[in-house]
Amino acid sequence: MTVEIARHKDRPRTRDYISYLIRGFEELKGDRLRADDPAIVGGLGWFGDRAVLVVGHQKGRTLDEQTVHNFGMARPEGYRKAQRLFTLAERHRLPVLTFVDTPGAYPGVAAEEGGQARAIAETMLKMARLTVPVVATVIGEGGSGGALALAVADRVLMQENATYSVISPEGCAAILWRDAGFAPQAAEALRPTASQLFDLGVIEKVIEEPRGGAHNNPEAAAAKVGEAIRAALAELDQVEPGERRAQRRERFRRLGAWAEPDAGGTVLSAIPDLGP
Amino acid sequence: MSVTVEIERKDSQPARPEWVCPSCKRGARSADVSANLFVCPSCGHHLRVSARERVAQLADRDSFDELWPTVRTLDPLEFVDLEAYPDRVREAQAKTGLDEAIVTGTATIDGSACVLAVMDFGFLGGSMGSVVGEKLWRCAELAAVEGLPLVAVCSSGGARMQEGILSLMQMAKTTCAVDVVNEAGSPFVTILADPCTGGVMASFAALADICIAEPGALLSFSGPRVIAETTREPLPEGFGTAERNLELGHLDAVVPRNELKARVGSYLRLLKGGDSPERRTARRSRDRGKRGLAQAAADRARALAALARRSSLRRGREASEPAQEAPAREETP
Repeated sequence: MTVEIARHKDRPRTRDYISYLIRGFEELKGDRLRADDPAIVGGLGWFGDRAVLVVGHQKGRTLDEQTVHNFGMARPEGYRKAQRLFTLAERHRLPVLTFVDTPGAYPGVAAEEGGQARAIAETMLKMARLTVPVVATVIGEGGSGGALALAVADRVLMQENATYSVISPEGCAAILWRDAGFAPQAAEALRPTASQLFDLGVIEKVIEEPRGGAHNNPEAAAAKVGEAIRAALAELDQVEPGERRAQRRERFRRLGAWAEPDAGGTVLSAIPDLGP
Repeated sequence: MSVTVEIERKDSQPARPEWVCPSCKRGARSADVSANLFVCPSCGHHLRVSARERVAQLADRDSFDELWPTVRTLDPLEFVDLEAYPDRVREAQAKTGLDEAIVTGTATIDGSACVLAVMDFGFLGGSMGSVVGEKLWRCAELAAVEGLPLVAVCSSGGARMQEGILSLMQMAKTTCAVDVVNEAGSPFVTILADPCTGGVMASFAALADICIAEPGALLSFSGPRVIAETTREPLPEGFGTAERNLELGHLDAVVPRNELKARVGSYLRLLKGGDSPERRTARRSRDRGKRGLAQAAADRARALAALARRSSLRRGREASEPAQEAPAREETP
């Protein structure tokens, strides 16, 4: 059910949130190496009264748009565009806002041979090193590494009907159940909903949506998203720039669920209430 | 060709060979295969090896000290597919004798001290869950604090789905670990072994200072099956192999298994920078030699004075000729 709302054809996309939340948006295209990937859009604009960099996956809505944007499935060019925009934000001390909405990185031959794996890894590393505030918002589908590449942030926010998962339910079912028909069971098992991710400590905030989903009232949905981003930025403004990188690293360091019997016989665990 | 050979062997040797290469189908004695580091003596096909075997091959004899062997996974999602996740983990533990898909510790490789992390594909496909992320983080931190290089042997199908989003987060966690290592200036080398795909390939495995692979290893983000099914694109010959990746510029080198130890040792010595081992030895013996320590101190003082003179000259020149390039540094005696 949730996956259906997250994938709803009328669900607001990154460009919709840009048009509602960012004034004077100046799109900046290209990876400065070989191409522009429309599956990731980026640019500068005014969020309230401050200049920001915005980068997000763009899925498109009509079939034509979806084809142009490749359903939000980025190629290495897209991730390298994001990297060079992050560099620009760092140089000019601009906060970074990202929007996550992708089924995953594009699994094509050219993308693979163009260095898809390293493009994703280097985008994450680039985000990890930023000293400006970084706020990521998952607005639709957060599909695997292709999504995470834009979400190594100080604060990760998520709309209540969005999903964020290590693999699509279909892919998971095909591998673990050996039958993609078990996608509903896989979706259940993967616990990809905003409230489940909040409980695991993976996101900082669940953003409320209009009744039935963001597509029922995009403007109201955007207002809630804007409010949450504003609050997150206000918190991050309290942190020294030099501290942000260390705190972001610490944020990701503590994500996980493991246990280790120490010499005294007690069990240490990353998530205390999950310990045996 | 290989078929012919097989028939010949059958004729002359009615007993089945102890071991048959999955690639060239030729037979060999098991002892010969293991003595050859689990590389086919006939065709050079590199078999997958366990983490323990890899440590034995790579680390200098008796140099490996294992760290954090008891870190164990929990079952944060209470995940059940055809089998419950804790059952799958128990089976993997029984099969491999390991607690998790990565073995970590300190070692020397060809004489260079380092932190060593080795993944085991036999443990749930070398998948990266919370434990792999945590142990890799600890390796990075240790390398940074002790000023040691980090060497990681990566072999993995990707993120461990049974840990859901927390397994995805290990990509970010290990990437942040690389940031820790880089910030400290510790060298980082990864050896990619068959197969290295998905979330491991798209995080720390790809981010090393030097990134090499074994011959024939499959390296990709999406696996060949996913690509074929999703895009229906025909896969080119050799797609995703180490050799193809080398050609495309994604690897520093493809290194056969029997050369790995020496090559990694060489990288570690080079990345340490400064004087060559030969020069260091020569200097030590000279300092202990007839000129003695007083003479060596006088030499250093003279060298420093010369350096100071040169830099004050340079400052003077810069004032009059701002575009002047700094002179190349001369060797100090």
